[in-house]
Order: sequence, then structure tokens, then C-alpha cells
Amino acid sequence: MQCDVCQSKEATVFLTQIVDGKMQKVNLCESCSKEKGVNDPTGFALADLLMGLGAAQEIEKSPAALKCQVCGFTQADFKKTGRLGCSACYTVFSEGLSGMLKNMHKGMIHTGKAPAALQVRREQGEKLRSLQESLTQAVAAEEYERAADLRDQIRRMEAGTPA
Amino acid sequence: MKFSKIIASSGEWLSGDGPHRNIVVSSRVRLARNLREKPFPGWAKKAERLDVMRQVKTSVENLPEMSDSYSENLEALSPLEKQVLVERHLISREHAAKGVGSAVVMNAPQTLSVMINEEDHLRMQAICCGLQLDKVFGMINRVDSELEEVLDYAFDSSLGYLTACPTNVGTGMRASAMLHLPGLVMSEQINKIVNSVNKIGLAVRGLHGEGTEAMGNLFQVSNQTTLGETEEEIIGRLNRVIEQILEHEQNARALLAQRKSVTLHDQIGRAYGILSHAYSMSSKEALNLLSVIKLGVDLGVFSEPCRFPVDELFIETQPAHLQKGAGTQKMSADERDSLRAAIIRAKLSHVQEPDIAHLKARTPDPAQDQNDE
Repeated sequence: MQCDVCQSKEATVFLTQIVDGKMQKVNLCESCSKEKGVNDPTGFALADLLMGLGAAQEIEKSPAALKCQVCGFTQADFKKTGRLGCSACYTVFSEGLSGMLKNMHKGMIHTGKAPAALQVRREQGEKLRSLQESLTQAVAAEEYERAADLRDQIRRMEAGTPA
Repeated sequence: MKFSKIIASSGEWLSGDGPHRNIVVSSRVRLARNLREKPFPGWAKKAERLDVMRQVKTSVENLPEMSDSYSENLEALSPLEKQVLVERHLISREHAAKGVGSAVVMNAPQTLSVMINEEDHLRMQAICCGLQLDKVFGMINRVDSELEEVLDYAFDSSLGYLTACPTNVGTGMRASAMLHLPGLVMSEQINKIVNSVNKIGLAVRGLHGEGTEAMGNLFQVSNQTTLGETEEEIIGRLNRVIEQILEHEQNARALLAQRKSVTLHDQIGRAYGILSHAYSMSSKEALNLLSVIKLGVDLGVFSEPCRFPVDELFIETQPAHLQKGAGTQKMSADERDSLRAAIIRAKLSHVQEPDIAHLKARTPDPAQDQNDE
């Protein structure tokens, strides 16, 4: 890609600006970018630089009115801060984020540590929920013997002893 | 534990020992963690931040590692106390800017510290002397495993640990080493090294991380990416690169001693002269000159027992540490510069004059070689 200013050197700096709600993109070579003061850290958010080229484009693609139901964070907030609102935002803005993550990281899938205790507890929580569901069903079906058995199982699990 | 007690002793990463400690000042690993579906600190309302802080702070304080710890809400710390913690690399500059709803918990040897409600709900770090990234990762990993039993972490099976900034998602880990590289700076090879390290996805930064100037020939090397590799892979890659940099630094020092011995002797002698006789000194000048003295200790020009006092001066001459030592009276920049010079003079009065002959004896004199033939 050629530099938009001198039209001769290879562009290495890609600048995206939002002016009056419209996106403008400029591609610059190193010397022109220095001349234009793009490298000035005070006039430039580092997060924007890290997101690299394509980030703003990707975000533009997903619907602008997207809003996180958990924390109320919007697309516009993300553009402004470069940070997300809460962990649920990763699901809400996943479409726009994936392109950005691709530019930022070595891969797209986490291969490192996973919380072991968390996993066990989530599984236990799920088991507890299904037991409770069965209990409600058993009571509704008037199968009291089974219900009593389920109730004991739930009590044991809640007390922390293995069923 | 009281702030004054924490501050009275220098952290273990300064006074301790570790592999390659003459070049690798410290190794550090920090992990970013958040609670599930709670707004991140930057987006949370005050009440939500306080809520998260209470929960996290109690969990951290109850850790066995934190049985003897210092724990405080940030609004209870004066700007000066916060700055002291920044200078010791126990909290970040960003965290120091926080107030109500943020807190810090650290252990007594100052090897573990947990920032609560920095950019993420938890930023926990382990720091040690010398090159031992595996060890510090082990330390902080244990803390993390203990915390995950009591805190409901935001974790996604494909994206890993979810963080406020997408640049940290995945492992949430930043591993870094602080390197003292006067040889590469003096031989003007440092830019080449910085550029090539940057090209392979690692970052080189100044003394206090992102956007800070490199002073005292100190450089921080860290991983840039956090998603797609395991923690061990990231640390392995970093270790290999740091070992390469160490080799280049050692070669540069050997070459300087051989080919530019006069310049080297001159720099060490001048640094010693200025530091032992100056009556006013800025923080930057002090760091740069102390760096040369530190190099002198490495080369054997100063005796080994001088190492710790010199290393200590790197921290003691920082603005907030000076102010802290001077009591409650707020000092002007001029007063600080004069106090800094006085502290350095006092400490260097116990350091013997540079033994340049020692350095000469170790480096073969080219003229001598010719005479032998």
C-alpha cells in the first residue's frame, strides 16, 4: 500500500479518524507520519494504535445500535475508550471484536490456564439445578418417595459432602 | 501492617539475589482478572466499584500468602505514599491516580501485590530479583488458583480470561524483566536491539512501563500478546529473547573494555567524581550516573559489597522516596535536588575510589601484545 501523501513510499502508519460521525482513513509512510505529527503520543490514544488497521472498519460493520444488556455499554462507548464495559460485552460485540483480536494477538483461541475450581463449581451448580427441577417434577407427579430421595441429595450437595 | 513499616524495608526484589542479577534487575509477572458480569472498573458506578472492592479485598486478605500483609484503600493514601509505591513498582501509575473504590494489598516482603479496581477488577503481580520469570509466574499462579476458588472469574472457554482492554484478553498475563543495558547503550546498539525485539511481538519500554522514557539505561522487556499461546509458551519465548539480549550486553561490555577502554574508564571515573562531589542533582542525572557506577561494580572497578548500596540509591533518589525521608515539609524541586546530592554523597563516601588498574589488568593491552612478539 502506498502512502497517501507522498504517493511514493510504502505506507506503514494507518490512521483512522471519526470526523462528524464519518470515518476517514489515511495511510502514511513513516517519514510523512512524523511530519504530520501522528507519532505524538499526547495527541494520540495508544489503544487506538494497538488496535491497528481494520479495527475501526470491523466495528463499523456490526450494527451501530448494539448495546450490552448487562451493563448498558454501547458501540460508541467502545470507540471512545478502547475498553469494554463488562465481561458480557465480549459476547455482545463479538462480531466487531474478532477482527480486532486477530490483528492484536497470536491466535484467536485461548490455550492457557483455565480456572479448574470454577469449572467444577459450575458443573455442580448445573447438577444442583437439574436435581431441583427433578424434585419439582416428582412433587408435581406425587412421587413422594423419589422426591424425598432427591431432597436428601440436594441437601448433601449444599452441605458440601459428595452425593 | 502500617505503611511506615512497609516503607522502612526495601523490597526483596531489590535486596535479594537471583540469576543474572547484575544485568536483570527484576522479573515480574502480572495477571489481569475480572468478576463475571460485573462492570469493569472504568465503566462501573461508584457503588458497584465499592461492592466489587469489598468482595475482592476480603478474599485477597484471607489468602495464606497475605497473612502478614499491608492492605489499604487508595483514598486513604496520600499522593506521596502512592508515588512511593509506584517508584517501587508495587502499583502502576494508573492505579496511583485512583481513589474511592480502589485498593491495594501486598505481602510484607513486597514480592506479591494485588491492585483492586485498576483497569481490571484484579491486577496481581509477583516480582523478584534477577532473571526468574518461571518462579514469579509460579508464585502469582498459586495466588490466582486460590482466588478462583472464592471469586467468580469472567472466563470464556474460547477467549480465556476476559479483560477490560481487548489487548489483555486470553491469559491476561504480562511477563516482564527490567534490564540494565549500559553496554548496548554506550556502543549504540540499543536501537537495533529494541527494533528487532519489537518485531517479534515483544515490547521494550522505559523504567515505568508504557510511554515512559528510558533512564539509567534501564529497559523493560515484556510480552505484547496474550491470546493464542499458553502462559508457559509466552514466558519461554520471553526467556529466550532475554538470554539473547544478555549475551549481546555481555559482548558489548567486553568489546568496550577492549576497544574503548579509555572512554569507559573516563565515564566511570567522571560518574564517581560527579556523584561524590555534586551539591545539586536531578533525578534523571542521578539515574544515568548511577547506571555507570553499577556497570563499574559489574566490571570489578568497585568492590562487590558496594553493589547493594548503589542499587538502593536507584530507588532512594526517586522524588517520592526523597520527600518521604524528609518528613512532612513539602520540598521544592531545588530542595529535592540538593537532598538527593547529599544522600548520594553520604553513601558514596563509603565506596572506595574506582580501581581502574583492576579493569586495565583484566583487559589485554594491545601495545603489550606487540612487545611480546
